[in-house]
Order: sequence, then structure tokens, then C-alpha cells
Amino acid sequence: MSFREQFEIPAKYKMWSMILMAIGIVSVLVGYFMYGTGDEHQNSRFWGTLLYNSVFFMLVVNASMFFICATTMAMGGFQMAFRRVTEAISTAVVPLGIISGVILLTLVLGHKHHIYHWLTPGNDKILLGKSGFLNANFFIIWTILSIGGWIFLGAKMRAISKEIDNREALSVEEGKAYIFKNTIWASLFLVWFGLTVMSTVPWLWLMSLDAHWYSTMYSWYTFASTFVAGMSLITLFVIYLKNQGYLELVNHEHLHDLGKFMFAFSVFWTYLWFSQYMLIWYANIPEETVYFKHRVQGPYRGIFFLNLIVNFIAPLLILMRRSSKRNYTLLVFMAALIICGHWLDFYQMVIATLSKEHVELNFFDFGVAAGFVGLIMWSTGNALTKRSLIAKNHPFFKESIIHHT
Amino acid sequence: MAIKKFIVGSFDDEKVLFPAVKKVRKAGYKIHDVYTPFPIHGLDTAMGLRDTSLHTAGFIYGITGTTTALTFMSWVFNKDWPLNIGGKPHFPLPAFIPITFELTVLFSAVGMVLTFCYLCQLAPFVKKHHFHARATDDLFVMVLEVTGKTNEEETKAFLAAAGAKEINVQVAEADWWLGRYDKEEKLFANG
Repeated sequence: MSFREQFEIPAKYKMWSMILMAIGIVSVLVGYFMYGTGDEHQNSRFWGTLLYNSVFFMLVVNASMFFICATTMAMGGFQMAFRRVTEAISTAVVPLGIISGVILLTLVLGHKHHIYHWLTPGNDKILLGKSGFLNANFFIIWTILSIGGWIFLGAKMRAISKEIDNREALSVEEGKAYIFKNTIWASLFLVWFGLTVMSTVPWLWLMSLDAHWYSTMYSWYTFASTFVAGMSLITLFVIYLKNQGYLELVNHEHLHDLGKFMFAFSVFWTYLWFSQYMLIWYANIPEETVYFKHRVQGPYRGIFFLNLIVNFIAPLLILMRRSSKRNYTLLVFMAALIICGHWLDFYQMVIATLSKEHVELNFFDFGVAAGFVGLIMWSTGNALTKRSLIAKNHPFFKESIIHHT
Repeated sequence: MAIKKFIVGSFDDEKVLFPAVKKVRKAGYKIHDVYTPFPIHGLDTAMGLRDTSLHTAGFIYGITGTTTALTFMSWVFNKDWPLNIGGKPHFPLPAFIPITFELTVLFSAVGMVLTFCYLCQLAPFVKKHHFHARATDDLFVMVLEVTGKTNEEETKAFLAAAGAKEINVQVAEADWWLGRYDKEEKLFANG
């Protein structure tokens, strides 16, 4: 049996990624002339849209590298059959990281204080109290370090994976040394991931939009949101490649496990969503409920509960059955639904804070999102062509082939 | 409760067992069960067993728990003993969710354990016939039921050809009965 190791980008795929990216660029330009040149409110609508889209899609592709490192640390083997897909998705961190880095730095260096109020604390005691953390210098340095760290450590993990491609099989000793090396670099990535995505970065980039408000669940919540969307993205690419006739070694057993991830982390996201909401609802302290006021009782009520239905009720009921996790069509539908749902979650996390009175969800949001989707497609597709689709010399590769759920 | 006649073939390798199971099924023999020292991936599919409905039962137990928790709490706080707690409404759904969640988990977990024990006929003082003592140690034991059409000698030869190391014929109770494993009882004198 021979395998198709070399991915060739289908013309249709390339065309669609180009079209989507073009839509994104046009939307940004049109959005700039519609909103970007307007008053403070319009201006923050423009920058807010760029902010939540770029951060969301970057964290989603970064979740792919988190998945690689977490499974490496757990000595997991099942994912090795589609390891190259996760690696390819994580290369999109480079362009997306640069774009979101530029957007974030523009917000701070351009003194967009109607987005980040803490840029000009004035006499505000609360903001002054937080200024040791929430200040422009720290924001800039930490943003650059975070994104740079993800790009560097991710590239290192991919390089380690590539270095055993063109050689004979590893001996037992070499295999052990290789796993150890993987473990070391994966743990470094995870530590950095914990210090950034799972704690400080959502505080700095997103939670500080409500500079007076805070929630201890916020970073976990953001992580859960992007991780479940990241797993859905991996599922989409794996099924796409299978439909194109690649990844012969991946079968419904692997897809079943990816479906389990989508199911389990949808529930995990809900757990955090609820923990954040319930404690604030119960205590009913004005400075905490301010975050939920316009979301639950204001104009965002519909989106707020739609969010819960799409991201919790639907995955819970639809993905619960074993047969639905083994049904490719249903998995594609659910993966797309989950990604859209968490994109909507990010929308309400950012835009509901910036524009409390009016809900505006229009071509600009969808256009910018389409642009990022196109960029992910383009960058992942290119990365897939760069190396063999089968990580055949990895010590756990056989374990993945005979994987059985 | 029925006493039946069985042909028991013991295999010492799962690599031999798998093709043997397939051959035996293809030849049309009736497999009573296969006893293995450890769970073997894919053996259930090879034996042609249907998927368990344990998870469906679990789902039903779960929603029973959800309903119990929600109805009980809303009855208590609205009908039986309404209390004003911190100015919250009488049906404070967020406050009910943790308890609802826990009762859902409790009902489905306990219900599934009991259902599992029932399906596997596991309970104190429930005894079943052991076809081979080494089935819990290092032998894979395939038990075929002798029906009216079965030719014993032919079946034995077939099992031997399929790779069975030990073959014998046993007459035993197919179901469970009350008893204890540390006290060997001869329940049935004749077979």
C-alpha cells in the first residue's frame, strides 16, 4: 500500500483562500472609511472589530500548537497520524501573530484611550492601583514577548518533528532521546502558554477593555473558547484532507477522539462561562455586575443566550452520541458551528463593552473574519506542502495507526 | 436457567484467537462467549456483538436526575416553603444549576453502575460457571454452544484446526445461580 505523502494545493482551495483574503482586505478598507475616520465611538467599533478577530483567530491556531505540546507531555500517540496537520495549522501563528501584534501595538501607541481606558488613568484610583500591570510599557513588552515566544517555541517544535523525516527508523535509544527532547521543548512551550494565554494575555488584551472590572475566570474562559475552536479547526482540516484522498492512516477512530475533544471542551467552556456568571449574579455587587448588565438585560441579550445555545446545548446534545462523533458530515457541521459560536463569543466579549447601546453585527465583522479564515487556509495549505503528511519516523507512529477507541 | 452442553476451546495467543473467532462464526457455530484475561480491542466487533445500550440508559438516568432536582427545588422554594434569600427570585435558576448538575451526575453514575452489574450479572452471592480457571490468567477461552445440529467431533476438530490448545466438552449451567465461590457446591448431579 502506498501513501500520498505530498500535499498539493487544489486550485479551488487556493482560489477560495485568495477570495476570502481579498474580502478581508476590502472589508478592512471599507470599514476604515465607514468607521475608522469617524468619531470616538465609530473609531472604537473599527479597532474593536480588528482586535477581537485577530486575537480570536490567532489564539485558535495557537491552540493547535498547545494540542501538540499537551499530547507530547501526556505521551499521547493517537494524534501522530495527523500530526502534520496540527503542525501546519500552527504555522499560521506567524502571520496572524504579526497582524494582531501590529493591531495591539497600534491601539496602545496610538493612544486609543476610548478602547483601553487605562492608557490615561488620570485621577482614577482604581486604574492607578492597577497601573503597575496595566501600563503602556508593560503591555508593549509583554505583547511582543508573548507572540514572539509562541512563534519561536512553535517553530522549534516543528523543526524537531521535521529533523527525523529523511533518515532510517530510530533505534530504541535514539527514540528515547528523541522523546525526551520533544518533552523538554513541549514543556517550555506549555509553561510559556500558561504564563500568557492562560493568564496574562487575556487580561491585558481583552479584559482590560473593562478596566474597572475583573474576573478571575476570564483567562480560562478565553482559553477554553479558543481551544475548543482550535480542536474544531483541526477536525475540519483532517476531514478535508481525507476527502481529498490524503491521510489514509487516519480513520473514524481518530475522528471519534477529535469529536470527544470538541464535546468535552464545549462542556468545559460552559463550566467556566457559568462559574463566571453565577458568582457575579449571586453576589450582585454593582462593580461586578456592570459587565453583564448590557449583555443579559441590555441589547446583547439575544446574542448572549444564542452563544450559550450554539456553544453548549448544540454540542452537548448532538455530539453526545458515539455514532455522531464518527459521522464525518455531522462532525464538519458541528466543527463549523463551534468555530462560529466562539467567534460570536469573542464578538460579544469585545464589542459589547465598546458599544453598550447598539448591537451592530454586519458585513464588516463577517468580512474581517472571512479574511482571517482565508489567511489561515492559505498559510496552513502552504505549510502542508512543505513536508511529508506522514510523520513516519516518530516512535509513537505505529501506536497511532492501530489506534482504537 | 438452563443446563447446556458446551465445547470449550482454549487459545494461548490473541493473534490466533482473532482469526479463530472469525472462522468459527463463518462456519456457523454458535459462540456462547469468549473469556479473556484482559479486554481486547476489537474482539466485540469480531464476535458480532451489538453496541451496548448502557449509554442510552445513562442518558435517561441523567435527565431523570435533572428533572428531579429542578422540580424538587422549585416546589420547595415556590410552593412548600418560599423564602426570600437576598432578594433573589423564587425560581433562581443559576443557583439551582450546581445542584441540578450534581444530581444529574449522581443519578446517571449510580444508575449506570447498577445497570452494568445487572447486565453482567454481578452481585454478591451470584455464581456463574467457570469454563477454565486460566481464563483469568493467561488463556483465551472460546465457548461454543452445542445445539441440536452440532456434530461434536467435527466441532472439536474444527477448533483444533483453528489453533485451540485445549479442547473439552462441558455440561454446565449457562446462567447464574445463588452460591459462593469459596464453597464449591455441586448443584446439578446429572447433565
